[in-house]
Amino acid sequence: MIFDMDIETLPREELEALQLKRLQSLCERVYANVAFYRRAFDEAGIKPGDVKSLADLRYLPFTEKQDMRNHYPFGLFAVPKDNVVRIHASSGTTGRATVVGYTQRDVNNWATMMARSFMAAGASRRDIIHVAYGYGLFTGGLGAHYGAERLGATTIPMSGGSTRRQVMLLRDFGATVLCCTPSYSLVLYEAALESGIDFKELPLRVGVFGAEPWTDEMRRDIEQKMGIKAIDIYGLSEIMGPGVGIECIEAQNGAHLQEDHFLCEVIDPVTKEPVGPGEAGELVITTLTKEAQPLIRYRTRDITRLVKTPCKCGRTFARMQRVQGRSDDMLIIRGVNVFPSQIESILLETEGLTPHYQLVVRREGNLDTLSVQVEVDEKIFSDEIKGLQRLENKIQKNIKEFLGVTTQVKLVEPRGIQRSEGKAKRILDLRNECK
Amino acid sequence: MKAEQISIFLENRAGRLEEVTRVLAEAGISIRALSLADTSDFGILRLIVSDHEKAKVALKENGFTVGRNAVVAVEVSDKPGGLHAILSLLCSGGVNVEYMYAFVHQCERSAVIIFRFDRTDQAIELLQKNNITIIPGDKLYSI
Repeated sequence: MIFDMDIETLPREELEALQLKRLQSLCERVYANVAFYRRAFDEAGIKPGDVKSLADLRYLPFTEKQDMRNHYPFGLFAVPKDNVVRIHASSGTTGRATVVGYTQRDVNNWATMMARSFMAAGASRRDIIHVAYGYGLFTGGLGAHYGAERLGATTIPMSGGSTRRQVMLLRDFGATVLCCTPSYSLVLYEAALESGIDFKELPLRVGVFGAEPWTDEMRRDIEQKMGIKAIDIYGLSEIMGPGVGIECIEAQNGAHLQEDHFLCEVIDPVTKEPVGPGEAGELVITTLTKEAQPLIRYRTRDITRLVKTPCKCGRTFARMQRVQGRSDDMLIIRGVNVFPSQIESILLETEGLTPHYQLVVRREGNLDTLSVQVEVDEKIFSDEIKGLQRLENKIQKNIKEFLGVTTQVKLVEPRGIQRSEGKAKRILDLRNECK
Repeated sequence: MKAEQISIFLENRAGRLEEVTRVLAEAGISIRALSLADTSDFGILRLIVSDHEKAKVALKENGFTVGRNAVVAVEVSDKPGGLHAILSLLCSGGVNVEYMYAFVHQCERSAVIIFRFDRTDQAIELLQKNNITIIPGDKLYSI
């Protein structure tokens, strides 16, 4: 079933005409209301009136995550603060979080897009949707919640954590749709087995999983173990939150991007030029309808491909292939975005020095784990065990507090961390080696 | 009356301890006493050696993180209650022992205990006042 039949199946020529109209109005809005964009347009020598076709998009300036940090917290708002009804923020060290604002219409549009997403995943108002994304500044929980209510489904605002209780309520309330990160679904599954509950015997039939990269192998594993359809949902808080793109249950072959609200292009991350049709590159999104904090050509850093051929579900929205990687060094640990530079600044704040460190990402069971290895130099060395353990605990606690992610901190000998070409290798990703 | 101890950070993996003894052997340094404290991930090796300056340089050249700490070497008569008498004294004086390790003299009927105190100077004062024999560093290194 299709939630917004008219829009989601709009012929592409009409869709593109709508996109152009919205893009032109967006350019006028940001040029008039956001100093950052007025400057960027002026520097690029372009006026909002110069945008005559969608092909002119390539002349518009990019927006990067750093631009959002530079204008922390509200510097990119395009409306008076009184019109902002909601704030979300992504993790960051003190003062450097990425903040996103929403007007009432933005929140409504988001709810509609999430409702479309649930319906694309096969859900309807007859379903019971168990939302196990974290509620709070993270967009996952509230985003899914408003969408589930907009759909008219029975919504269980479970949030993250308390795994045993989640399992009990999943069973007792008879949830038919589960919404969380794919790795957490497996944690729930295993906790259920330990309590003698088999997901296959529950009414659960669909999982809407996102906020972290996963593979088709993992999907098959989940579907087979739990006896459900596992649907990939795409989103990022800078753009909106979950629901920017959603797979349809009919094809399960790439997330349909909500193109009436988002203008999507794929560029070569190095030359920053658009790639040819269907070629892989970095996904760049322009928010066509966002009022509070519209973004022009936001560089998602996600590497993917766009497919515009007709889909058997009937939707005309382009599909993005599973994210194949990142064009920066961001890690996603259980749905939390982590940049090595954030860990570095925490280490700096913890002991006031710049120790050599390395981040090791492993997959233990179904969870991605992050361990931070810190070289012990003479400044931090102590001849007492408790001195070094205190240091380990302090680093671990600070990372948890600032980034909201649990890490294992390990002290290692100097030069214990591999250096390549004299430069320390900051990330050691062993996820694909220890399955 | 203090003695110098060197401490070395070791990852808990095979061959690390052997590497330390190799470096010391090649530098011609004797180990007088040692203690190893360990956790599941790392250990701290504490050593009293014949030449701590030389040992430190050699170990650092081989990439080890080395610290130096002031410890107190106390002679304890090798009979029941010998150590207890000293600990009672320290306890009543409000001095805490961070860690300690012992070795036995080869030619004399006494043991030597290496103490790491939270307040080293006070501990020394207390021990001396009560006529407990402290072995000075110079003598300790060449025992």
